[in-house]
Amino acid sequence: MMNKILPAMRIAFRALRVNKLRSALTMLGIIIGVGAVIAMVAVGSGATERIQEQIASIGSNVIIVMPGSITASGIRLGSGNAVTLTLDDAKAIANDCPSVQAVAPSSRQGAQVVFGNNNWATSIQGTTPDYLLIRDVGIQSGSAFTDQDVDSTAKVALLGQTVVNNLFNGADPVGQVIRIKQVPFTVAGTLVPKGQSPTGQDQDDIILIPISTAQKKVFGVNQARANSVGSLIVQARGPQFIQAAQDEMRAVLRQRHHLQPGQDDDFTVRDLEEVFQAQETSSRVMSILLAAIASVSLLVGGIGIMNIMLVSVTERTREIGLRQAVGAKTRDILTQFLVEAVTLSILGGIVGILLGVLASKLISLFAQWSTLVSPGAILLAFVFSALVGVFFGFYPARKAALLDPIDALRFE
Amino acid sequence: MADRLIQIHDLEKIYKLGDVTVHALRGVSLEIERGSFVAIMGPSGSGKSTFMNIIGCLDKPTSGAYMLDSVNVSTLERDELAEIRNQKIGFVFQQFNLLPRTSAVENVELPLLYSSHATAEPEKKALQALEWVGLAGREHHHPNQLSGGQQQRVAIARALINDPRIILADEPTGALDSRTSIEIMALFQKLNRASGLSIILVTHEPDIAQYSNRIIRFKDGRLVSDEAVRRPREAQEELAALPLEENEAQEALA
Repeated sequence: MMNKILPAMRIAFRALRVNKLRSALTMLGIIIGVGAVIAMVAVGSGATERIQEQIASIGSNVIIVMPGSITASGIRLGSGNAVTLTLDDAKAIANDCPSVQAVAPSSRQGAQVVFGNNNWATSIQGTTPDYLLIRDVGIQSGSAFTDQDVDSTAKVALLGQTVVNNLFNGADPVGQVIRIKQVPFTVAGTLVPKGQSPTGQDQDDIILIPISTAQKKVFGVNQARANSVGSLIVQARGPQFIQAAQDEMRAVLRQRHHLQPGQDDDFTVRDLEEVFQAQETSSRVMSILLAAIASVSLLVGGIGIMNIMLVSVTERTREIGLRQAVGAKTRDILTQFLVEAVTLSILGGIVGILLGVLASKLISLFAQWSTLVSPGAILLAFVFSALVGVFFGFYPARKAALLDPIDALRFE
Repeated sequence: MADRLIQIHDLEKIYKLGDVTVHALRGVSLEIERGSFVAIMGPSGSGKSTFMNIIGCLDKPTSGAYMLDSVNVSTLERDELAEIRNQKIGFVFQQFNLLPRTSAVENVELPLLYSSHATAEPEKKALQALEWVGLAGREHHHPNQLSGGQQQRVAIARALINDPRIILADEPTGALDSRTSIEIMALFQKLNRASGLSIILVTHEPDIAQYSNRIIRFKDGRLVSDEAVRRPREAQEELAALPLEENEAQEALA
C-alpha cells in the first residue's frame, strides 16, 4: 500500500504546485476553519480553567451560612439584614453536626487602615484560624494567628497581598504595627495571593484578624448582640457530605433559633461550589457552541476542496484517460485524487493549527483572556481536517476513477 | 509458423446513443501474427477506431471473441483489462498525450507506476528506453521544451517500457511534418525488425501505410480488404536520401 501512496503523494504535490494560487485559496477554507476551531476551543478551555481555579480558591466542600430574612412587625426584611447568627451557633454546629468538619465564624467590615504615611480602605474580616484551613488560605510570610489569640482578643492581623502592596511599598510588613480604625495591630503574617473570586472580587484585598478582637475593639457592635457574626463558613467532611451537612445545620439552627414548624428559616445556607459549578457548566456549553460555529467554516472549507477537486478532475480528464490507457486501475486513480484532496486538507490543517495557536496567544496578549491550547484539540483538528479531505475528496476521486478511458482520452 | 498474437472472430460492437443504435462493427474476423506490422485504414465512421479500442482493451465487444496472446480478453473486467494494457500493449497517440510539466524520463516511467510487479531500477530502464528512441541528453526536458517529433519519441519510449507484445499507434504521424513522420516510421520499422515487436498502425495517409507489411481497410463496420504490401517503403533509406536539416547538420558535426 505504501509503495502506492508515496508516488501518489508526489503526483499530488506536483499537481498542487502547478496551481499554487488555487491550491492556497482552496486551503484557506480549511486554514480558517481549523484556526477558528483551535482558537475558540482555546478561549473556551481557558475560561473553564479559570473558573476551576476560582472554585479551588473558594476551598473545597465549603458551605456558607448567612443571616436570613426576618419578619419584624409584619414587615419582611431582606436577607442578611438581621443579625441572627452568633458565635454560639458556630460552636453548636461544630459540636452537633457529624457531617461538618470545621466551622469558622466570620464578620466583615470596611475600614481605613494606616501604616506610616500610607492609608488604604479595605475589608476587615474577623474570623478564627479554622477559616484558613477551610478556605485553603496559605501563609506567605510570618505566621497565622492562633486560637489563643482569639481567646485573648489579641491585636494581630494577617494581610492580603493587595493590602501589603498598598501600604508597604515593598518593605517587609511582618512585625510592623498598622492602625485599623485607630487601633494598633501587629502584622503577624501575610497571605498567599488567591486572585479573583468567581464573582470577580479581589480576594487579596483583605485583612484577617481574630473575631473576638474584631467584635470588641474594631467593629463596635451592638452590645445587645455582642456575640453575633456576619456569616458562618462551614466545611463538610467530603463532597458526599455536603447535602447531609446542610440538613444537619438547618435542624440545629432552627432549634437554636426557636423556629416553629412552618416558619421561614432566619438564615440562608448556600453551597458555593454548586453555584460556581453551574457557571463552569455554562462556560463549557459556551465553548462547545463556539467550536460548533467555528466548525461550520471547516465544513465550508471542505466543500471548497470538493469544488476544486471536481474542477481538477475535469481539467485533467485526458491525463486520467492516459493513465488508464497505460494500466491505471480504478483504485489507482481513486487513490491519486483522494491523496490530492487529503494533502490539501492536511496542509490546510497544519497551517490552520499554527494560525489558531498564534491567534490564541494574541487573544491572551491583547484581550487579557486566558486561553489554553490543549494537545488534544490540536490532534482532533488535525484528524478532522484529514477526514474532511477524505469525505469531500471521495466524490470527485470516484468520478475520476470511473471515467471511461476512451471518452477521457478523446476529451478536449 | 502459425504463431498468432491476435485472433478475432465475428466481432460486433453496437452502441446505443439515446434512441439511435449504431452498428460500429458488423462481424469482423481477423488474425495477426507475431512480428507483423499492420496498417489499418478507412474513412471516419468506418469502425476502425472502435476496432482499435477493442484491440487495445479499452473497450469490450458486444459479441464475438478476441484472443490476445492466447488470452480471451473479451470477457475480462475493467481492472483486468487495465492490467492487460499495462503488461501487453503500448499505446502511441496522435497528440502524444504526455503529462505536462513532467520530465521525459518521468513520462516514460509512468506505466511502471501501475505495474503489478515492481521494477528494480525504473529510472535506469526509462533512460535506456529514451536512449533507444534517440533522446539521450533530453531525459529531463519537459514536453513543452521538446519538438513534436521528440515528444512522439518520448511517447514511443513510454509504450516500450513494459516490454509489450504489441504497439498500437493511432495516427502517430497525424500531428507531425513529413520529415518527422518518416523519422517516426523509421523508428517503428526498426522496432518491428530488430525486436520483432508487432505493430498496428491506424492512419488515413496511404503514404504512411506503405511502410507497413499489411494493409487492412475498413468500411461501414466491415473489413473490406486485407492485403500484403509487396514492397514496403524503407524509412531509413528515404531519410538518408533527404538533405540534412540545419540543426541536424550541426548535430552531425558536433
